[in-house]
Amino acid sequence: MNVSLSMLLLIAACAAVTIVPRVLPFLIIRNLKLPVLALRWLSYIPICILTALVVSNVLGESGPLSFDWQVIAIMIPTILFALWTKSLLFTVIIGVVLMAALRFFIA
Amino acid sequence: MADVHASIGAEENNDMTFRQGARDCIPTLLGYISIGIAAGVVGVAAGLSALEVVLLAVLVYAGSAQFIFAALVLNGSPAAAIILTTFIVNLRHFLMSATMAPHFIQYSVWQNIGFGVLLTDETFGVASGKVQLKRGVTASWMNGLNVTAYICWIISCAVGALFGNWISDPEAFGLDFALTSMFIALLVLQLDAIESTKINHYIRLILCIVILMVGFSFFVSSHMAVLLATILGATIGVVTEK
Repeated sequence: MNVSLSMLLLIAACAAVTIVPRVLPFLIIRNLKLPVLALRWLSYIPICILTALVVSNVLGESGPLSFDWQVIAIMIPTILFALWTKSLLFTVIIGVVLMAALRFFIA
Repeated sequence: MADVHASIGAEENNDMTFRQGARDCIPTLLGYISIGIAAGVVGVAAGLSALEVVLLAVLVYAGSAQFIFAALVLNGSPAAAIILTTFIVNLRHFLMSATMAPHFIQYSVWQNIGFGVLLTDETFGVASGKVQLKRGVTASWMNGLNVTAYICWIISCAVGALFGNWISDPEAFGLDFALTSMFIALLVLQLDAIESTKINHYIRLILCIVILMVGFSFFVSSHMAVLLATILGATIGVVTEK
């Protein structure tokens, strides 16, 4: 249960490079009237980044054009369930249950 | 302007209390718990002490970065490479913070620093969904959401680091899919809040991002691909909107 000095410094440096990009926009944008165009650009960020994150979970780890077919198979009913219930909690639960079931039957 | 007034007046909005923020965090907790435990297990397996794993959770507070940190430490990467990789992996949060920041300018600098430090993919997903519903997001609500997620993450990482050997493979229970299904649900909820006249524009944009992601995966790491596809996607969104 000890922390070496070099590890502590490494963790602190990683914390710094993580915190700066997280905090900087909050500090800049308070002192700056953003043009309408910039606000419109920012309004697209949630959908774009969420889509990109979903796709990054679908892309497999073994090089380009490799896909995680388990994830794709379970994604489809999960999307339909999300559209139907509009519930974050139930969608997460059903996704996990379906994935567990798929792996159980494959194994 | 109406939005600005709505969010200033929202401090009195009983709906958006600290407690409600904590409650709105609940759907994301399954993801935090399973990934946090996994991050703890991986950290210890890579030779970090349990205390170092907890320090990582407290100070860096980023799932994918913590996994990569452990992997790089394990294969003896130089410190500069570890720091640079962490920076790139977490750079997407810059875009998320920039998206959230305009909604919180009425709060103090320290409050804003707090929002920034505790911003994650999950809390951003929940908060940006609320913002889009044009319900004024208050500082108390945001803190409730953020603090709940933060505490849950630290505890999960600690549990993984301390009891990792006794916990069976979380993938067997489909828990690794919690994060993906959460992103899917957040995306669907975002689309649901969009006016019906614009929905086709957004569907086309989503298809663009899928293609961009597959394309970028030939050239760059998946974290870089997320960053580039998002920046390019938002630009395409603005340029092609009517």
